[in-house]
Amino acid sequence: MTDETQTQPYNPALRESATFGRDVIHEIQRAAETGIYDIRGWGAKRKVPHFDDLLFLGASMSRYPLEGYREKCETEVVLGTRHAKKPIVISTPVTIAGMSFGALSAQAKEALGRGASEVGTSTTTGDGGMTPEERGQSSRLVYQYLPSRYGMNPDDLRKADAIEIVLGQGAKPGGGGMLLGQKISERVAGMRTLPQGIDQRSACRHPDWTGPDDLAIKIAELREITDWQVPIYVKIGATRTYYDVKLAVKAGADVIVLDGMQGGTAATQDVFIEHVGIPTMAAIPQATQALQEMGLHREVQLIVSGGIRNGADVAKAIALGADAVAIGTAALIALGDNHPRYAEEYQKLGSAAGFYDDFQDGKCPAGISTQDPELSKRLDPVAAGKRLANYLRVLTLEAQTLARACGKSHLHHLEPEDLVALNVEAAAMARVPLAGTTWIPGQSGY
Amino acid sequence: MMKTHDLATTGLRELNQSLHDAQILSSAREWRVTNPDGAHNIACGINEDISVDIDGHAGYYCAGMNQKANITIHGNTGVGVAENMMSGCVRVKGDASQSAGATAHGGLLVIEGNAAARCGISMKGVDIVVKGSIGAMSAFMGQAGRMVVCGDAGEGLGDSLYEARLYVKGTVASLGADCIAKEMRTEHLEELGELLASAGIDEDPASFTRFGSARQLYHFKVDNASAY
Repeated sequence: MTDETQTQPYNPALRESATFGRDVIHEIQRAAETGIYDIRGWGAKRKVPHFDDLLFLGASMSRYPLEGYREKCETEVVLGTRHAKKPIVISTPVTIAGMSFGALSAQAKEALGRGASEVGTSTTTGDGGMTPEERGQSSRLVYQYLPSRYGMNPDDLRKADAIEIVLGQGAKPGGGGMLLGQKISERVAGMRTLPQGIDQRSACRHPDWTGPDDLAIKIAELREITDWQVPIYVKIGATRTYYDVKLAVKAGADVIVLDGMQGGTAATQDVFIEHVGIPTMAAIPQATQALQEMGLHREVQLIVSGGIRNGADVAKAIALGADAVAIGTAALIALGDNHPRYAEEYQKLGSAAGFYDDFQDGKCPAGISTQDPELSKRLDPVAAGKRLANYLRVLTLEAQTLARACGKSHLHHLEPEDLVALNVEAAAMARVPLAGTTWIPGQSGY
Repeated sequence: MMKTHDLATTGLRELNQSLHDAQILSSAREWRVTNPDGAHNIACGINEDISVDIDGHAGYYCAGMNQKANITIHGNTGVGVAENMMSGCVRVKGDASQSAGATAHGGLLVIEGNAAARCGISMKGVDIVVKGSIGAMSAFMGQAGRMVVCGDAGEGLGDSLYEARLYVKGTVASLGADCIAKEMRTEHLEELGELLASAGIDEDPASFTRFGSARQLYHFKVDNASAY
């Protein structure tokens, strides 16, 4: 209800339907007028069970805490220890998720590289290939091997510090990408071997393999091409996570990247973003269980993404079994996305600072999700990179603070035993007890 | 000097490592691989102007991501032969399984036998010449490059095609979304003649039909919903 209606005397005729709320009515009207579904960027906006529904059990009597800022709490993570000759070492368990040049401006990609490198962590390419700016500014760069294979070439493959085979994305498991024509500049078109200005579909499945047995051979091929030097990640959208993780590990993955339904996207159908996949928190225990049953937990590393916002999310994901997390939407916000300094311009686009999600239009006032050269110039990659580095440091410090309170000298020492849930749903999904009880729904004999 | 690598006695890893090693390749520009026995990933990731002859059948992803090399398979190949090739030439003397030349950006892939489904899927600039027939959904989402088929094409040829050009001599079971037959103009006859000559195949270009994109699906329009 708007402020105006709230100040009016109660009028039962204005009772809003729980089924047909104003957002629903608006969407029906919009669909009826245009005949096309809504496409947008960002991730799920509906409220789903999330890390906020979990709490840490800080130390009191039965546990012994560590002193903040004095006693060491290690954060270093090594990724790719299973097969690669050169695993990646990152100094914080927070990495930057794959986002394409095309969806993002070159300045934004450069800023991501600068920020990540400053704190000793990795960034990731996206659909469309590797740009020199990105490689040049990223001390550790993960090269995504996507179904579209846009811009895919062996030279870049060999320049990468790791290869991430993308099978799915949390915002749209089972779906491909859609980069609309307004963002297809001459450079983007050239990188993707497609005409300028046309809508570019990214395939939803890899063209030359059709199942997990094939994936094992594909992974072996990438290892042969790169002489077994770099780790091979496999990225999945969170759905049938337990089985997908087992199959990916069996196929030979060094690292599993698990993207929950709160993960972002550059552009896809709203109905897809909101109605496909499972929440990040619910997916992690499934992945951890799969790895533990295979005897490979912490040997095949687990990177979790999808709605990570603060150090508490980082620490909770790790406590549930992740080795590291990846951030996408939060990283863009740190760069300057949806900043109030562009409030007037967001308004002109029919949106507002904090709500802008029409990344597909390429009119991003902050110069981030655009290919418009004038808009792109607004983002200073050095300053934006600095902001990202600051944010990454805060995430790390916050996670360390929570870990020390639980008596842990490394973030990886966090465990499910350090957590409780605020409600039954979160307890069941995260597989931790409901606060004040020993009850884990489905696991305690009830 | 010709160097022989027997896969029955020395492993695939050693072969590929040698084929990537500039120092070894400086003195060995011609290679013969014996006893491949359908092994996967043979001779993938080569980045030198060398020649490799594989004596027998190869498994998946043979010559994957090839750059510059001339690779001949004296037998059949599995899925994804010459996938994502950038340049050079890969020749299959026998038949190729599905997804031959998938996403390849350049170079020439010649298949002297038949190719299975999805030949040239997502091709991005490669030239593919097939002396026999090809399977269903070939050139699906083909972005750029040329494909020549001297035999027949299966169902859904060129579905969701972008700018790749297709030439088929025989029958086409059906065309995919947005793929149409196009006029063979002089420049196309010349182009096809050159492709056939480079593949070493004697066929009359005038007996082929050209197919390409109608470009009706380049922008998402609700009027096209029935085509998706």
